[in-house]
Formats: sequence, structure tokens, C-alpha cells
Amino acid sequence: MSKGKFGVHGGQYIPETLMNAIIELEKAYTFYKQDKEFQDELTELLNDYAGRPSRLYFAKKMTEDLGGAKIYLKREDLNHTGSHKINNVLGQALLAKRMGKTRLIAETGAGQHGVATATAAALMGFECEIFMGKEDTDRQALNVYRMKLLGAKVNVVTSGTMTLKDAVNDTMREWTKRVEDTHYVLGSVMGPHPFPEIVRDFQSIISKEARQQILEKEGKLPNAIIACVGGGSNAIGAFYNFIPDQEVRLIGCEAAGKGVDTALHAATITKGSLGIFHGMKSYFCQDEYGQIAPVYSISAGLDYPGIGPEHAHLFDTKRAEYVPITDDEAVDAFEYLSKTEGIIPAIESAHAVAYVMVLAPTMKKDEIIIINLSGRGDKDVAAIARYKGEDIHE
Amino acid sequence: MNKISEIFKNNKAFIGFLTAGDPTLEKTEEFILSMEKAGADLVEIGIPFSDPIAEGPVIEKANIRALSVGTTTDKIFDMVKRIRIKTAMPLVFLTYMNPVFVYGVEKFFKNCHQTGMNGIIIPDLPFEEKDEVLDVATSYGIDVITLIAPTSKDRIQMLAKDATGFVYLVSSMGVTGVRSEIKTDINAMIEDIRQVSDTPIAVGFGISTPVQAKEISKTADGVIVGSAIVRIIAEHGENAGNYLFDYVKSLKDAIS
Repeated sequence: MSKGKFGVHGGQYIPETLMNAIIELEKAYTFYKQDKEFQDELTELLNDYAGRPSRLYFAKKMTEDLGGAKIYLKREDLNHTGSHKINNVLGQALLAKRMGKTRLIAETGAGQHGVATATAAALMGFECEIFMGKEDTDRQALNVYRMKLLGAKVNVVTSGTMTLKDAVNDTMREWTKRVEDTHYVLGSVMGPHPFPEIVRDFQSIISKEARQQILEKEGKLPNAIIACVGGGSNAIGAFYNFIPDQEVRLIGCEAAGKGVDTALHAATITKGSLGIFHGMKSYFCQDEYGQIAPVYSISAGLDYPGIGPEHAHLFDTKRAEYVPITDDEAVDAFEYLSKTEGIIPAIESAHAVAYVMVLAPTMKKDEIIIINLSGRGDKDVAAIARYKGEDIHE
Repeated sequence: MNKISEIFKNNKAFIGFLTAGDPTLEKTEEFILSMEKAGADLVEIGIPFSDPIAEGPVIEKANIRALSVGTTTDKIFDMVKRIRIKTAMPLVFLTYMNPVFVYGVEKFFKNCHQTGMNGIIIPDLPFEEKDEVLDVATSYGIDVITLIAPTSKDRIQMLAKDATGFVYLVSSMGVTGVRSEIKTDINAMIEDIRQVSDTPIAVGFGISTPVQAKEISKTADGVIVGSAIVRIIAEHGENAGNYLFDYVKSLKDAIS
């Protein structure tokens, strides 16, 4: 029977070669999820190593400038390794350790998840290999070097569109080659069950903290949570504990690239259709024959033709909304947050900031928005400079 | 007994694979007939997919080549219709779940039935998700081939019990591709399967030489060769017909 369903989405569409590994993972996770010792060790790592809880910062200047809702930033960018990715990676690496695995493999787009995985591998003594599309190793060269510095081997993926999708393909292929001693640290709320559930649980600490923090600061729940969405891990983490609070709007910002009316975008909810790929049933950018479309975004982390099954379900049930944000809008927001608050956001997170620049002025001054600032933008500075026509190289 | 099972009667079956539309659908038609003439008992026709995650680089590149010349599922059905007039050899598709799902499961298997296909292999459709296609496929008389892998272990009997057509026994870990050595204990797996099923067993992944094929066929009912064939097509392009004939004949002779 099909497992891990979110409405019609989810499931386990993977080769037989991987089924026993997935079943083993599911059993281990079910056990350790309830295991106090495991959870205590994870909490200690998250607090003392990754720097949690992350701050909920009131962006006063941005709020005044936009003249509408009060804007708070959930500062996942201040985590060790510079993004929310570390939350999931520490959890999965600890799980892999308990399962007796000695080697971690992972895909990465912008390199954030690759850096986080390489970091956890260094910390816990795993062998580590990262798969990254050639397009992305070119635009995120600094992160490639970071991973190497941390002791990981970086495999440059030259198949297909040479981006995140192809990196996932090659990591899955690698896992089928060597599954006994290897754990695949999937970086987003996607892939076959139980990954969407595991990654969501490890990322849900974002909304667990944010809900408590906003109640302490404001004495009430926010009106909207805004997060960028590629596969959707930071967004699901930011949404999850607010899902039962029907009055809180949950808004995911997907990459519209050069525009949703062009071929150059990665706006899965806006333009995609139901399909089965990368182990899951969900929405994908694809053609009438089910060929996965080559997608595009300035942001390597959002440059993915699918979306996690739980997001697809939140969209179907209208619990969450998804809006497209173009490259230009994201770059404007990248510069805006830098100049207004002195915070350089990851270009991924800038997609969420961009939507808030539109939304906040339409809201009342006693209303509240939380932006999940999923990562910091140091990695993007050179690429944005080039986008703006400056000849800067790392 | 259905048509696929018949090829295993008093015969060690040779099963060849190629990607439809590589280099063109006209050539695919010709290559299938060359392989039949050389002794192939069944041909797997790959419907190309943009992201074939169970394939190694050789077949992955063939998928990309086929798509780049405009090969579509509809055009492949047209080719099958044409080839069915010329051959009675059983034919099965190999493709991924998404091309079938997006085409429409009902429409896909109806077309399989009408054009004369006999079965389908879907590498990313494990036992747990087989309901996605099984009832519809069965209602149109299309066998959904069961894949069993070296890691299947305690799952073997569950998988093999209801297998129809043939059991596709994956010889090695990893993706498709030529291997110099196959390390899996295939004989032990074959014994496990035979305990619960009398469905014929064909072994694939990594087989390319007559010596390997002969060794496998001692215990298996058939051998499956994919990447080695696709490599010949990649190398010789439109002129691959004669090379395919010689190659397939050398393997079929080795197992006969």
C-alpha cells in the first residue's frame, strides 16, 4: 500500500533497489522520533552547535518605510553554516549515525544544503560526497570550496540541465549503487516517504520557536507567514506549527525567473501540473508527455521543477497560497533589505522579502507579518554584482 | 499461457533493449527487426524520459538524443503499430512512471493493447505503488513486469508471488550499464523466486559479453542486454543495424 500521502500527493515512487533502505529509514525514524536520548542530543547540537533558537527580529526601519504591517524576520540566516538547512542535516546525520551508516551523500542547489551536510559529516565523522550541477558549481563557486574545505568530495553533475534536479538524479543513482553503508541526506521536503515527513519534522522547529516568540513579543499570532519555496523545506518549517491557526495566512514565494509567461521560470504551483517524479506524486513543471521541463531561476536553491507533496496538498486544500516572484523583484529585495536593515539575505530568501514589499503596504499597522529569512546572502554577492553588470569574480 | 511466457518454453530467451527514437523512430523499427532476425526473443522498447534515474550514462544519453529529435509517446505508439504488421515477437515498454501517468494511465494502456504491446517495465514503480497502474494494465492484457533487486532480500517472495510475464532480476546494485564482473549471488536469488513462482526469470543490468550471458543462462530463463546494445547504436548511429545483428547473434548463440 502507498505510504506517506498528503491528500493525493506523496508516496514512494523509487526503484526496488532502494525500497529496503527506505523501509529501514522509516523504522529508524519512527523509533528515534520518540527516543528521549536522541531528541536531547539533537537539541543540544541545535542549540550549542548551530546557535538555536534563531532570533525573531522586528524590522523597524522596513516596517516604517513600507508603512503597513509590522514585519518580523525569523533569522535562520544566523544559524551556523548560514541557513535553515543545518536544522534538517543535524537531525538526519544523527539518525544515520544511530543506523550505523558511515557515509553521507546529498544533492545541493545553491550549495547551502551541501555545506550543511559536509559540516555535519565533519563534526560526526562521516565520509561525505555532494552532488551539484555544473551550472550551480559555476555560480556558487565559493560554496564548492567550502564543502571541500570541510572534507567533502564534490561531484560536478553534467547531465540534463546541470542544476538541482540533475543533482537529485545523480544522488539517487549513487544511492542505488551503494546503499548499505550510505545515508542519503535529502535536503528538502521532497522525495519518497519518509523524507517529506522527516525533513518537515526537523525544520518545524522554525515555526515552533516563531510561534512562541511572536506570542511573547506581540501577545497575538501573526497575520501572515512568508517564505520562499523551491522544494519547500524552509517554508514547511515556517508554516507547520501555524497550520492549525486558520487565521494565519501561509504564503510561499516561488521563483518566476524571467516571468511566468516566459519559458524561463521555476514556478511549479503557478505553472505546473500533477506528476510523479523523484519518488513522489506532486506538482511539476513538465510538458504534455510528462517530460520534466528545464526550469530557470537566478536562485540556484529555487531552481527546481517540483515542490514537496505537503505543499501541493496545502495548495489543494487552500490552506496555503503560492505566489511567483521574478528575478528582478528578488534582486530589488536583496538590495532593499541590505540597505534598509543592514541584512544581506540569500537570493532565495529575497523572494519572500520581495512579496512582503508588495503585501505589507496593503495591510494595517497593527497587523503582523513574519518573513522566514532562510539564509544569508554572502554566497550571492558576486552573482548579484554580475547580474547588475559589475565585473566581479570570486 | 500468455505470449511473453511462451518465449521461455524450451528456450533460453534473449531480451534486447533499445531507446525508441535513437537516432530516429524509423531506425528503431529497423533495429528491432535486425535483433529479431539475429535471434532476439523479446525486445524492450524504451520510451525516453528526461530524467531516467535508474539508468547509467549510456542509456541516459540515448534518452536525451531521442527526445532532442522530437520523439513522443504518440509517435512511439505509431511506430509500434507499424512494426506489429511485420513481427509477432513480444514487445514490452520500459519507461518511467511520469510519462505513463501524465499521458493518462487508461489511455496509455488502451493504446498499448490496440498497438499490440505485451508488457511494461517501470523502474520507479515499486510493489507498494503498483496500484497506480496494475488494474488498468491487467484489464488490457498488459503484463506489468516485476523487478527484483540484490537488496530485495526478505521482499523477494512477496514480489515474486504475483509476477506475470517474466521476473526481471536486477543482477547488480546501481544503475544500468556494462560491468566487467557481476558479484551478486544470482543463483540464490533465483532459488528464492522459484519457491513461490513458476514465472520465468530473466536477468539484466551489467550483462554484455557472450561469456557472461552463457553463465547467467545456466540458471536463469533469459538474459537482458541494454547498455551494450545502446552503445552500439550510439557508436554507429543510422548504420548500426548490421552491427546489432552480429552482436545479438553472438549472445543468442552463447545461450542456446
